Amino acid sequence: QRRGLRLSAPAAIQVTVRDALNQALDEELERDERVFLLGEEVAQYDGAYKISRGLWKKYGDKRVIDTPISEMGFAGIAVGAAMVWLRPVCEFMTFNFSMQAIDQVINSAAKTCYMSAGSIAVPIVFRGPNGASAGVAAQHSQCFAAWYGHCPGLKVVSPWSAEDAKGLLKASIRDDNPVVVLESELLYGVPFEMSEQAQSKEFVIPIGKAKIERQGTHVTLVAHSRPVGHCMEAAAVLSKEGVECEVINLRTIRPMDIETVEASVVKTNHLVTVEGGWPQFGVGAEICARIMEGPAFNYLDAPAVRVTGADVPMPYAKILEDNCIPQVKDIVFAVKKALNI
Amino acid sequence: QPQQESPEERPQFPGASAEFAERLEFIQPNVLAGIPVYRVMDRQGHVLRPSEDPQLPKEQVLKLYKTMTLLNTMDRILYESQRQGRISFYMTNYGEEGTHVGSAAALDASDLVFGQYREAGVLLYRGYPLELFMAQCYGNASDPGKGRQMPVHYGCPERHFVTISSPLATQIPQGDAPGAGPEPVLRPWDPSCPSPGSPDPTPAPAGHAGFNFAATLECPIVFFCRNNGYAISTPTSEQYRGDGIAARGPGYGLLSIRVDGNDVFAVYNATREARRRAVAENQPFLIEAMTYRCGAPRLPSGMRLGSAGIPPQKNFPFSQGFPTGFCPIGHHSTSDDSSAYRSVDEVNYWDKQDHPISRLRLYMAKRGWWDEHEEKAWRKSSRKMVLEAFEQAEREPKPPPRLLFSDVYLEMPPRLRRQRAELERHLETYGEHYPLQHFQK
Repeated sequence: QRRGLRLSAPAAIQVTVRDALNQALDEELERDERVFLLGEEVAQYDGAYKISRGLWKKYGDKRVIDTPISEMGFAGIAVGAAMVWLRPVCEFMTFNFSMQAIDQVINSAAKTCYMSAGSIAVPIVFRGPNGASAGVAAQHSQCFAAWYGHCPGLKVVSPWSAEDAKGLLKASIRDDNPVVVLESELLYGVPFEMSEQAQSKEFVIPIGKAKIERQGTHVTLVAHSRPVGHCMEAAAVLSKEGVECEVINLRTIRPMDIETVEASVVKTNHLVTVEGGWPQFGVGAEICARIMEGPAFNYLDAPAVRVTGADVPMPYAKILEDNCIPQVKDIVFAVKKALNI
Repeated sequence: QPQQESPEERPQFPGASAEFAERLEFIQPNVLAGIPVYRVMDRQGHVLRPSEDPQLPKEQVLKLYKTMTLLNTMDRILYESQRQGRISFYMTNYGEEGTHVGSAAALDASDLVFGQYREAGVLLYRGYPLELFMAQCYGNASDPGKGRQMPVHYGCPERHFVTISSPLATQIPQGDAPGAGPEPVLRPWDPSCPSPGSPDPTPAPAGHAGFNFAATLECPIVFFCRNNGYAISTPTSEQYRGDGIAARGPGYGLLSIRVDGNDVFAVYNATREARRRAVAENQPFLIEAMTYRCGAPRLPSGMRLGSAGIPPQKNFPFSQGFPTGFCPIGHHSTSDDSSAYRSVDEVNYWDKQDHPISRLRLYMAKRGWWDEHEEKAWRKSSRKMVLEAFEQAEREPKPPPRLLFSDVYLEMPPRLRRQRAELERHLETYGEHYPLQHFQK
């Protein structure tokens, strides 16, 4: 390993995404007494995935609430609470179960500000794991980025790193609009470096701003959530072959920061999008459409390529599941296709 | 005689506490042989038990009566205006006015109400002006809702009436919230008393969840259900089995009652007591108000329902007074034709025999608080008020085009700001080609 000056801040530490989310919840519960967390298993069990570990013990029954197993019920109660100026954080054990509450999320939370002509705000956060996990099959593996990203009235964020998770969750809780926070169960246990700045209680990442995780000149890779990590790995592999990828972490699905992608495409002239969700009407499709509609189109030297999950309900057999989500080799293949090498 | 069971012999299951039984026996669904209907007055407005008369002061009883009749008048005009193509949609409240004013009078003015869509009387009782009802139906520039919603989707934060939302029963779990959250912050809004008077919330999943949550989370909430016998065209016999809505309450752990929804005082008493105890005891209550969805007035013979283009007239085409004596065709909404599923005889019965407005009038007349002379004068003046508000609403311009872009989010995002600026530039150049004179600047 090459020794030398470390470029990161001296007091950076390794923090898992789980702990980052836990910190964010803890800090926001402390900061504003109107904030409260509700969902299945969030209190006494410390959370199905331990995201809310220790919070019930610290803040009690009124701030961390276990609910009966009815997404329609507790999402409804959360929306009602937001309408009367509380700030609920409503956890879905996975976003697959949010379908039970879709009327509350879309017809009530997303549309109420508009339909009440601005007189009713719904400052609610819906959060939970989204997309593929490991061996949980079709009804527990769907990605909802495209579904929620489709709806005006909602903001949708999709963090990758621990910094993303903490900064975006805090921003979402402080936002007065309904925000959907799409986490990833496979990332919960993954440690990331967290700068000293990110460890502070006031660290917030603006919603609607993408981040360039790696500079490059030959091709733009755009992804959100776990696939960002795969893109970074693919970039490392391709770098050995002389191809330098610019990796953009979208961070926010809606409102999408297309300007950052455009600026990158103007520089690299090639675009590959990567997502875990299904191809039709997906995040990649939207990026391609917007690039085509904007100034960056004239700078493309080749059609954009999308790397997506396979267009099937997620299978259970491991070998099939592994091949249903984008892998590093698929991204490398797509880059070479875009660059015609 | 069976021996007294020792503690070891009792069931120990966490899911329910009960005795053991040695005989195989299924519980009948209508185990109570029908929960009785609480009432104060008979159909002639005569108080059956003086102790149950809430003894409301004359001004308040007059307010109840005038609210119901004013609502009735407004309904007729707006219903007809929809048939004439002047507004796009309407829902009347005929026959159910008693449930609105009785419950509204029993609540505090600051109690939060989550309504379904047939609760306009609650808002009217709380002083929402006719101009604003009309403005919402017309979607004109005075509409606080900025023309965003179908007619009858009123909302008023100042009067603690949450904006109406179309999906059935969606507001039931939402109403649990103010009672379930951190208490100190919620005290100003505690109690919350939603009025989810849907045609039938029973099948709607949100209703089940809402009741369950209210009980498990011990919310100080009153669930008020108008059971008017139908859900659009489906009669209650096909919507549910078992003894109505009230019988479901105990299943969820709710204190429940069934009342005569056409008896304003019964509605008042039940709501008042439920509200008092919900707050005092921190638990939910369920009131099932039995009523009937009544009819629209028949037009005077020879008067044709006009096509669009009839200019606003002073002599608006209806002349009947308040209920009795009209051919009722009480539809779910203007998108419905209930003659397809209800007989005229059935509806006639309800309109002639049992109507909240006539019952209260009889009560008032007995006390010398109302007579034919006052009735005539009030019909005239209320009609005049409604017509004036109606004509005013029709004359008003629509909301300004720049409101197309607002309120999607609390703050307008850059994309929408750019689009709005683009529209403004476009209108500066090409405005003459658009009917801008109909819109507020």
